[in-house]
Amino acid sequence: MAFVPNIQAFCCHYTAQQSCAENQGGLIADGFPANITVNRLACGGKLEVTTLLKAFENGADGVYMVGCPADKCHNLMGSQRAAKRVAAVKQALAELGVEPERVAMFHLARGLHPEFVQAGQQMHETVTALGPSPFNAELSSSPAQTKLMPSGYKGGAQ
Amino acid sequence: MIIAERKPLNEIIAMVTDAKRILVLGCRGCVTVCSAGGEREVGILASLIRLGKMKAGQQCEVIEATLVRQCDKEYVDAIDQWDGRYDAIVSMACGVGVNFIANLRPCDKVYPAVNTTAFGGSAEQGVWSEQCAGCGNCVLHLTGGLCPVARCAKSLMNGPCGGSVNGRCEIHKDVPCIWQSIYDRLERTGKATDMNRIAPIRDWSTAGHGGPRKTMRNDLTI
Repeated sequence: MAFVPNIQAFCCHYTAQQSCAENQGGLIADGFPANITVNRLACGGKLEVTTLLKAFENGADGVYMVGCPADKCHNLMGSQRAAKRVAAVKQALAELGVEPERVAMFHLARGLHPEFVQAGQQMHETVTALGPSPFNAELSSSPAQTKLMPSGYKGGAQ
Repeated sequence: MIIAERKPLNEIIAMVTDAKRILVLGCRGCVTVCSAGGEREVGILASLIRLGKMKAGQQCEVIEATLVRQCDKEYVDAIDQWDGRYDAIVSMACGVGVNFIANLRPCDKVYPAVNTTAFGGSAEQGVWSEQCAGCGNCVLHLTGGLCPVARCAKSLMNGPCGGSVNGRCEIHKDVPCIWQSIYDRLERTGKATDMNRIAPIRDWSTAGHGGPRKTMRNDLTI
């Protein structure tokens, strides 16, 4: 059975607004990969490093953020902050011996629907080529984990 | 405040290779202010340890907690609430916190998650610089408030040295020569002649060269 990656997309309200307006069904009809879950944030500045890491803990094979152009963020610095946090996770993945390409940052102008779909397709292709997340591969061969502390990120739209 | 920065991730994960239940313990003091070991950094490190263990195929439980401080017995004693639930403590406090846990909990394994680097302050967002060496014999009243012990590469007491060029230290062009800065400040405040004073040979015993230092206040002891 072909590998279909679990990809979590985090999008700021402004870049995702029009794309989300036509709902997931409409996006898929336009070519947006159905295996990508879109999680909307109020602003890229709300993205935490732990949000991205929890997504991997919860089984994601790839994670990406879509925010405003770096110099045209609706909230001035939000997308720049998001990019720095994505970069921090890239570095952490590299330290753990995992492909940094599993996490990415896209800066898109507001309302450019085809580019939003293309970013999803690009991430889908990248992660599919990389294969299952090393975190997931090992987890499936180990007994279920017990965490004393609940995860902050539960997945799904925010 | 005390400045610290997180150790390389693989170094931390190697410390807890054998641990199956880990208490990642932050501190709300200095390391929170310098973004090395506060509540947010505890969440990040706990997640990274879990991912590292998942990748290695190892089971692991990680407790996340942050104490008010790790340099006071009253707060360190709060670790009692997790008794029996961890094999190892990964402290994100400065070296003082790790030592306090080791002092007070003789049977616990405790590991440092950060490197304690300096006494300093935030020069700008995300940048911290050393300002004080904790040498135990402050001379700032003689040097315009700028510390030659911490901020001169040679800790000269009668500077500047011959390596000072255009107000910059010879170790790096981005490092100001603190003795040039001292002279400039003394001149601006009408005290430039203080530079003519020769500092005597210094007794460094207060700087830790005489062994671990201890401060006692009889008016406060019980």
